Amino acid sequence: MEQSEIMGNVVKILTPWVKNEDALQSVSMETSILDDLKVNSARLVDVVIAFEDEFDIEIEDEDVDSVNSVGDAVTLISSKLD
Amino acid sequence: MTRKVVITGLGVVAPNASNAVDFEAAIRKGQSGIRHVEAMATSKFGCRVGGVPQGIDALVAAEFPEDELLAMNMSHRYASLASLEAWLDAGLPRPDREDPSVDWDSGAILGTGIGGMDTTGEKVIPLTDAGKVRRLGSTAVEQVMASGISARISGQFALGNQVTTNSSACSTGAEAIAMGLERIRSGRAERMICGGAEAASHYIWAGFDAMRVLNRGSNEEPEKASRPMSASAGGFVPGAGAGVLVLESEESALARGARIYAEIKGQGLNCGGHREGGSMTAPNPDGVRRCIGMALADAGISPDQVDAINGHLTATGADPREIGSWAAALGRGPGELPPITSTKSMVGHTLGAAGAIESVACILMLKGGFVHPSINCEDVHPEIEQHRDSIPHTLREMPEMKTIVKAGFGFGDVNVCLVFEKWEA
Repeated sequence: MEQSEIMGNVVKILTPWVKNEDALQSVSMETSILDDLKVNSARLVDVVIAFEDEFDIEIEDEDVDSVNSVGDAVTLISSKLD
Repeated sequence: MTRKVVITGLGVVAPNASNAVDFEAAIRKGQSGIRHVEAMATSKFGCRVGGVPQGIDALVAAEFPEDELLAMNMSHRYASLASLEAWLDAGLPRPDREDPSVDWDSGAILGTGIGGMDTTGEKVIPLTDAGKVRRLGSTAVEQVMASGISARISGQFALGNQVTTNSSACSTGAEAIAMGLERIRSGRAERMICGGAEAASHYIWAGFDAMRVLNRGSNEEPEKASRPMSASAGGFVPGAGAGVLVLESEESALARGARIYAEIKGQGLNCGGHREGGSMTAPNPDGVRRCIGMALADAGISPDQVDAINGHLTATGADPREIGSWAAALGRGPGELPPITSTKSMVGHTLGAAGAIESVACILMLKGGFVHPSINCEDVHPEIEQHRDSIPHTLREMPEMKTIVKAGFGFGDVNVCLVFEKWEA
């Protein structure tokens, strides 16, 4: 799967949890999920469950700790798909 | 410090209407909101009808952001809609989520009888038993914790005063109003969002069906199934929804020029101690009479000043005893009771929301000068026959009505009584 396609799906999954919708307009690989998009940190577990369902992968709890930006999520998902 | 407390906002989600304007129209007409409930039939309930609010998902989708909706089960949805309606109806501003200001003078007491059992039944138990705890995600706790509904509302309005959820079975919604009254009277808050919510769920209703307290005899005629005070009453019909009142100190309401619906003049709260006929499931009649007396005394009115009664009146065998308690508490003989009506005849028994939805009905009746019909009791129960003329089978205009009294009784032998009065400057 192309990175751009993964990113599109990541953004789609994040969208309902995003509190700063302006940041969504200019979202990039560098965009911080918590600081820029203002996703409540408690909701990351819901986001991860949605990643697993969307991409049919399993994400370990320790993997989640390294995810800060949209790019981190895309990279993690890419590595699981390989 | 004792201050006058008034009602400045109303909100309601009921089986027969999803806002206060439609609700007033519905109760004036005697419109039932009871329908066939397929989940009850599938699960082989004896009673297969219930009062389920309609069109709620579309209403909440139009009002609340998606991240909140993902964490809002049915009672959260009902409570949020009714609270938003009441808050805006009171002329109060809806705060922006990014505005850091907190309203330290406003709080919420929003109760529930059962809580988030729909979430427990649909998600927590199946996923936990399947070894998939992780898949519960982050939103399970806030939907099953008892205080979930008041916690939800506090964020929506940036409330900074007391925020809590009370629970006293079927007296919950009215108890919340009594507690809010005291909070404001004592000067500890200026405004309180008070009421109750209960979800529509066959998981919530199953235990009542097993107790055989739900009506099994009207499955083919849902709108006739809730029959308080009738000879053919065969148990209550379960219902769901939310009722919310914005209670406010008179001085705050006057200072901001708010429209005032009514004054909440007094309250009584007690328990019959499971003695003298009282039990987990039945009220001690002495407790009921004392509770009504406490509320009148608190309001500073005499029994002959009561113009109308909105009873608990569920359509079980307890109705005749309740009527007897009203007559005794008010010192009224046969034919002397003021008009006495049951909102449950139209919406069913909404459990923890009942006292709140029915209090909204009281305020609308007081403001509009009418008593709504108590439907489905053309065949008045023989033990109530002597008070037949006090039961309004059709709308009764009462423009001179000044005082209406509401009572509620709950499992655990707990009682609540509220006195609402026309507000005069």
